[in-house]
Amino acid sequence: MAERLLEVKDLNVKFATEDGIVQAVDGISFDLERGKVLGIVGESGSGKSVTAMTLMGLTRGINARFDGEVLYKGTDLLQVSDRDMQNYRGNELGIIFQDPMTSLNPVYRIGEQIAEAIQAHENVGKRAARARTIELLRQVGIPNPESRVDDFPHQFSGGMRQRAMIAMALSCNPSILIADEPTTALDVTIQAQIVELVSRLKDDFDSAVIFITHDLGVIADIADEIIVMYAGRVVERGSKRDVFYDPQMPYTWGLLGSIPRLDRPRPERLHTIEGSPPSLINPPEGCKFRPRCPHAFDRCMQEPGLENRVETPGHLDRCWLDVDYKREHRDETISGGSTEAA
Amino acid sequence: MLLVLLAVSFIVYFIFIVIPGGDPAQRIAGKVATQANILAIRKKLGLDQSFIVQWYDLVKALFTAKLVSYSNQTNVVDQIKQGLPATFSLAIGAGIIWFGFGVLVGTISAVTAGRISDRAITALALIGISMPVAWLGLILRFFLAGDGGSGVSWFPDGGYVPLSANPAQWFYHLILPWLTLAVLFIGFYGRVLRSNILDTINEDFVRTAKAKGLSSRRILVKHVLRASLIPIVTLFGLDFASVLGGGAIITETVYNLHGVGWYAAQSIASEDLPPLMGVTLFGAMFIVVFSLLVDIAYAYLDPRIRLS
Amino acid sequence: MATTGQEEFTLDTAAELAAKEGGSQIQGKSPWVLAGRRMRRNYVSLAFLGIFLLIVISCLLAPLYVSQVSHIPQNDVRTGATVVEHGKTVNVISQGGTKIVNGVPQIVFGGVPIGAQWGAAGGKYVLGADELGRDVGTRLLYGGRNSLFIGVTSAAICTTLSVVLALLAGYFGGIVDWIISRFFDLVWAFPVVLLGIALGTALSVNGFHHGPINVSSGSLWIPIGVISFVFIPYIGRPLRGQVLALRNREFIEAATAQGAGPVRIMFSELLPNVASSVLVLFTLIVANSILTEVGLSFLGAGVQLPNPSWGTMIQEGSKLLSTAPQISLFPGIAIALTVLSLNVFGDGLRDALDPRAKIRIEHG
Ligand SMILES: Nc1ncnc2c1ncn2[C@@H]1O[C@H](COP(=O)(O)OP(=O)(O)OP(=O)(O)O)[C@@H](O)[C@H]1O
Ligand code: SF4
Ligand SMILES: [Mg+2]
Repeated sequence: MAERLLEVKDLNVKFATEDGIVQAVDGISFDLERGKVLGIVGESGSGKSVTAMTLMGLTRGINARFDGEVLYKGTDLLQVSDRDMQNYRGNELGIIFQDPMTSLNPVYRIGEQIAEAIQAHENVGKRAARARTIELLRQVGIPNPESRVDDFPHQFSGGMRQRAMIAMALSCNPSILIADEPTTALDVTIQAQIVELVSRLKDDFDSAVIFITHDLGVIADIADEIIVMYAGRVVERGSKRDVFYDPQMPYTWGLLGSIPRLDRPRPERLHTIEGSPPSLINPPEGCKFRPRCPHAFDRCMQEPGLENRVETPGHLDRCWLDVDYKREHRDETISGGSTEAA
Repeated sequence: MLLVLLAVSFIVYFIFIVIPGGDPAQRIAGKVATQANILAIRKKLGLDQSFIVQWYDLVKALFTAKLVSYSNQTNVVDQIKQGLPATFSLAIGAGIIWFGFGVLVGTISAVTAGRISDRAITALALIGISMPVAWLGLILRFFLAGDGGSGVSWFPDGGYVPLSANPAQWFYHLILPWLTLAVLFIGFYGRVLRSNILDTINEDFVRTAKAKGLSSRRILVKHVLRASLIPIVTLFGLDFASVLGGGAIITETVYNLHGVGWYAAQSIASEDLPPLMGVTLFGAMFIVVFSLLVDIAYAYLDPRIRLS
Repeated sequence: MATTGQEEFTLDTAAELAAKEGGSQIQGKSPWVLAGRRMRRNYVSLAFLGIFLLIVISCLLAPLYVSQVSHIPQNDVRTGATVVEHGKTVNVISQGGTKIVNGVPQIVFGGVPIGAQWGAAGGKYVLGADELGRDVGTRLLYGGRNSLFIGVTSAAICTTLSVVLALLAGYFGGIVDWIISRFFDLVWAFPVVLLGIALGTALSVNGFHHGPINVSSGSLWIPIGVISFVFIPYIGRPLRGQVLALRNREFIEAATAQGAGPVRIMFSELLPNVASSVLVLFTLIVANSILTEVGLSFLGAGVQLPNPSWGTMIQEGSKLLSTAPQISLFPGIAIALTVLSLNVFGDGLRDALDPRAKIRIEHG
């Protein structure tokens, strides 16, 4: 068994806001081993980014409260002081954000921004940092890195900016790379390149990856394990195989139905899940997905636990429905044959 | 820019010749003018001709330094030139003080947002921008300078000593005017910078900087302040230009600094319009020139503009 | 910057609030309702609004003060009069005399007005007299009426004009926008006080007599006109930007598609969307207008004598600071308090309604 890098146990994140308490992350747990890719999927507002940023201590603030544990190589990152956290950020955990344009500082050269990360953690001179930067840019596939290193972010295309962000995140050789919807702002052909790049670099740098997306299709090739999040909770968790071929949660079906698949007949129109995510201040009682679930029945007024309900061990879900019933009916949603697609 | 200056001069023409109505020559001549003055003005400004010609003549008179005040027959342009040292000294010193302290105060306030120091600074800044400059100047002068009757005379009672004559006295005489003028701006800049910083802190690139593991100090100075200061530079360019161009009339008047603004103020009571015309145009000129400089500074500070 | 500072954590208060107000119901309320709720919780802001209203009411009650307390009308000159102070008779203006300054006797020209009596002279000269024996207290209230009137009226005119210009520029774009923007630029290119005294002086020569508008030279409408003019770009520019940004949003296109005309769109679609900024900017402009009035009047290009205003009072008192500081002191305090209360209230309003509204100020 590979080295276990990260162990998240019952993580809770709450924010005090004017309108009340936002329970952005509600008791999620997962592990991550070196060399693996963990996919986190869910709609907008399901708490994916908050989870990712909490791992790096980026959600800290006077209005935030955390419970549970985030064990990185045995150290609980939630207990690490702000100052010590600096040594983990960039050095042990690197992150790429959704929008590469706004995530890079427009007034500094690409090279300066990457070198800055290197120099924050290693005692290297300007020249050495620059040489490393150029090498990193080459590794992430930027043509002509010797001259592009002095460009400003606005001189890069969207895809190149995201590559530069990846170079920055990997500059200090972190053990974990978190990619928070790195492809959402890019067009489709570039999306695939970025995913491929992340997967290749993971091996080159011998790290683990947490890949966040709202589009299951994006991680179909690279994820080892997948977590499906809804309203701050994990609603289904399993290997890629489990989630793609034996999904147990009507919500997951909806997500699967919303991606075009080559191995299934193309639906008339792309399915989207009806309704909108629940309030995180006053979440619905029972199963959080109940108000939007076409299969809901009276038992759903009680919240189902995250349990193993199928033959495969490690495949967990939060749904009361009978497994056979689900296997019979899920294809209607996934392949877009059902009526609620209208 | 020339176009703007032309338009500015037209506004000046409009204010002084067209708005008041009546016989402009008599008006320009002011209350103490003689019949001969009036005739001279009428001829010089071509007031019997069409308005384009009038306007042209006015501008020409100004730029060829031929505009003359009728309360004491002095040349307006010469008088403005004489006021420059005092005005520039006031502007430069006050500018340094208000920019420096404004940035300091705004940064401290933003970094400690919500805490005591922030509240105290916010309260003081609000008081600072709420005091009329004339009153603040008078009170400071009364309590701290000269024979004011307060018994304290730490500072000289107004007036200006040229830098070339006596640098120490120059400095000494300017301390109170600098502070008086700076108070309002410190309060204002501090508040603007505070809110800029608090906005910038939420920018994605600041989050990236944090995620890189930079120290809070480095994030603040390199990433947050740099971005937050860009709008302040515009503000400073305009305000500084305004003060350089004689806009600090009240401060100059209160402290009897014989600068450009003071000169303009002197002609109000006698309704002597040529000096006002001259100074107004002069002040606007500075703002126009500095707007251009600000644009250049902007391009330097923000590469997106520089390279496009 | 990021702290784990649990002690400041406001989770409990937030929870209470949510419980009290029914949690999720809050979402989806109009921004005005939300702002109102925020405002109600901002006690500092409300307190200062109270102070401002108190000042306004006091000034409006000036005639009552004359008839019930001071018994000295605002422009009543009493150089030779006496008052009874603690049973003793004293001159309102002590004539001439000498004064010892730093050991050197100096002749005092003119008279020394009587200082603040507070209650000692039975309501007369509560805040002392000015050089003509007028009652400073009475004039403070009447001066306040003028200063506040000028401040509020010119801010109202200025705001109205700027809003209309901004709507026109933002809605029509193109050449209309170009002209209006250049106009803003032009006015913006003059130092405020300089432009103010230039206009003020030019107007006070003969007054303003063009078309249907006839304003005589001592009128309060001159400073009002001047102040409302010089601040136009200060509101117009930020608003134009906002309108421009709104112009291409779907709801405007929807309204156009439904056949709404330009006026309809400008006033019933665009205006409500910038109304919160307008309100904030208005409050701040009132404060600035009051300060500008002081500056102009101090320089003699604002309110003309013998009308009192806080600015003219400071100016009159400036010559007598050493013998009768009350003349300048009290109006200054009154202005600072008024403007401060407006600024604090305006700040609260901004935080509640539109955190981006900012205004550049300049009074030199
Ligand atoms: N600092 C904060 N204060 C209050 N609420 C917050 C804060 N940060 C996030 N939230 C809330 O937490 C919820 C989860 O947000 P999060 O950004 O994690 O969603 P997400 O799954 O990443 O969605 P997306 O796909 O849009 O990125 C949202 O409702 C958001 O409003
Ligand atoms: S538990 Fe009920 S409501 Fe929730 S997903 Fe399953 S069927 Fe739907
Ligand atoms: Mg997100």
